[in-house]
Amino acid sequence: MTDRSLDISGKGAPNWAERIGIGHLLLVAGLVLYPLGASDFFLTQIGAYSLIYGMLALSLMMLAGYGGMISLAQITIAGIAAYTVAIFGENNTGVLGFGWPWWLTVPVAVFFSAIVSSLIGWISVRTSGIYTIMITLAIATATFYFAQQNYSIFNGHSGFSGIRAPEFWGVYWRDPVPFYYLCLGVAAIAYGAVLYGRNSTFGLTLQATRDNQRRMRAIGYDVVAHKIFAWFLAGMIAGFAGVLLVWFNGRISPGTIGVSSAINVLIIAVIGGLRHPIGPFVGSVIVILMQTFAIDLVGAQRFNTLIGLVFLLIVFVSPDGLLGLWRRLTPRMSQESLRSGP
Amino acid sequence: MSTPVQQAGTDDLAAGRVSARQVWIVAAVLLGALLAWLIFGIWPAWLNAVLISKKAFVSAVLNGLTLAGLYFLVASGFTLVFGLMRNVNLAHGSLYLLGAYVGYEIAERTGYWLLGVAGGFLVLAVVGILLQIFVFRRLEGDDLRQTLVTIGISIVAADLMQAAWGGTTYQFLLPEWLSGAMKLPIITAIKSNGTSVFLSYPLYRMLVLVAAIVIGVLLWLMLNRTRVGMMIRAGVDDRAMLSASGVNVHVVFAIVFALGAGLAGFAGVVGGSVLSVAPGEDVRYLLASLVVVIVGGMGSITGAAIGALLIGLAEQVGLVYFPTYGVVLTFVIMVVTLAIRPQGIMGRAG
Repeated sequence: MTDRSLDISGKGAPNWAERIGIGHLLLVAGLVLYPLGASDFFLTQIGAYSLIYGMLALSLMMLAGYGGMISLAQITIAGIAAYTVAIFGENNTGVLGFGWPWWLTVPVAVFFSAIVSSLIGWISVRTSGIYTIMITLAIATATFYFAQQNYSIFNGHSGFSGIRAPEFWGVYWRDPVPFYYLCLGVAAIAYGAVLYGRNSTFGLTLQATRDNQRRMRAIGYDVVAHKIFAWFLAGMIAGFAGVLLVWFNGRISPGTIGVSSAINVLIIAVIGGLRHPIGPFVGSVIVILMQTFAIDLVGAQRFNTLIGLVFLLIVFVSPDGLLGLWRRLTPRMSQESLRSGP
Repeated sequence: MSTPVQQAGTDDLAAGRVSARQVWIVAAVLLGALLAWLIFGIWPAWLNAVLISKKAFVSAVLNGLTLAGLYFLVASGFTLVFGLMRNVNLAHGSLYLLGAYVGYEIAERTGYWLLGVAGGFLVLAVVGILLQIFVFRRLEGDDLRQTLVTIGISIVAADLMQAAWGGTTYQFLLPEWLSGAMKLPIITAIKSNGTSVFLSYPLYRMLVLVAAIVIGVLLWLMLNRTRVGMMIRAGVDDRAMLSASGVNVHVVFAIVFALGAGLAGFAGVVGGSVLSVAPGEDVRYLLASLVVVIVGGMGSITGAAIGALLIGLAEQVGLVYFPTYGVVLTFVIMVVTLAIRPQGIMGRAG
């Protein structure tokens, strides 16, 4: 996955591709070998959880970085997948739960997510930039309140619990090591797909639309269709993240898809950087480490203040997130190889 | 006085045609008459059967109007700031909640509720000016970063407010002359002995509605009849041109931000007295402002009034008639508006 996608991203000079390729290979090796040295806690609560939130932020990064559409509804889209798994699969809440096998619920869940995502895209696509933030935030909040009030579908405040990850090939996939590899695999595929997609005809068209929508429309591209398709793809990524999230937690309730989670995804993406698909994962590791260990630093309650302040700092200092900061500190590494935007 | 519109109308009349404007007027009059009958008339039994009871219906409408008043107060500041500065202040809900807490503290310490209201407005106006000077001016021209910053501020603010005031729910103690109920000249039912039962409604809620209307009118007058209002409107249309013609845009920005934040704080105290003050209210009112402004049109006070009316009524009527789907109604209004008029009911294209 690494070599091929990076060949495309490197601009001509083969030694560049090589160098980044080595970096990627080291990263892959590190991630694959990570379970050898990590405790169960670090494997799931930090490792797998970061990968899941990284995927969510990746779906946002893809929309924002390549499409210029900043969405706050990614957790809502993931929540649709999670609720679908709970409703169509098995749960021990005694409400709904059709008991479908996992290989049926997962595609259905991801499909639902992608459809809902396309609908959100269709609603918000007539507007752009800041308006998209407003509309998606309104959608995310409304969905949260709806899930909380509605008992016939979402089982209200308590949601669904007792959702088990599947068991096949003799492996229970929620055990720490298999779950970590499962998340790693899915995240790597999503990451590779975004890297590949951004240089595809579709990806380039999308980026061109972001840069100058009127010109693209004048040339004859169906701008709206391209944007909605981007939402569809982002919805698939968020959907997979949602499925993993519900297996990880074993439960889904409105709290999971609340406004703070929605904002969390944005924070992760912005802290990491919205220009390269690796950004969301970097941001995710940092934010989740902060969330986990800030309690020891600043006391039990005030860790949100810390995260908020770090976020403010990043927004003030480096609009491109940590990746942008990194790039500024190492000017030798030319921007061209990583940068996709103007 | 013959405006072009009226001219067109009379031309149409002379030609025996019906203009779209006339159709709208007739529709509005019919709708108004229907509403008036629904509220003041005596309901036949079948209508009572369909709409639960007249009392439930009229109460829902009145509650909706009160809520609309509150939403208008919150959203008008939001929409003004947006219209002028192109920045979505996602910390607007936090301003509301902070205003409520500040007002509560002042009212509690001094014993005067009115002081709390004034304090909520003034303190938040100052907070607004400080935000404008220390945060937004630094990021001028970068809408996206301004918006992201407001998200960061709202997170920190929510956390710090929870640190200061905890997770408990606060209840304002209303002064004597504001509490109690008033009888409205609306007959809800007629008893078997022939006496009519009048609807009673909390006096305070009625006053909230009146206050919202008064403030709305004052805002409109300020925007349309004063020099500052003229500058604000000019700024909404073309910020660069306004500053080029010698107006200190930063002062105008600061005024608008102070006004917007102050109104949010005012609404916090007033609204907190109707309902209660608790963590989480910030998100509720942020959502309300967002939807009201999306529906009504960004940057328009009239739009905010229309949007607030729609959303407030939808929420309360929805609460009575389809309890668990009330939010969906709000949502449907938003989606339909976006589908038909992406810029909002009173918004301008582009």
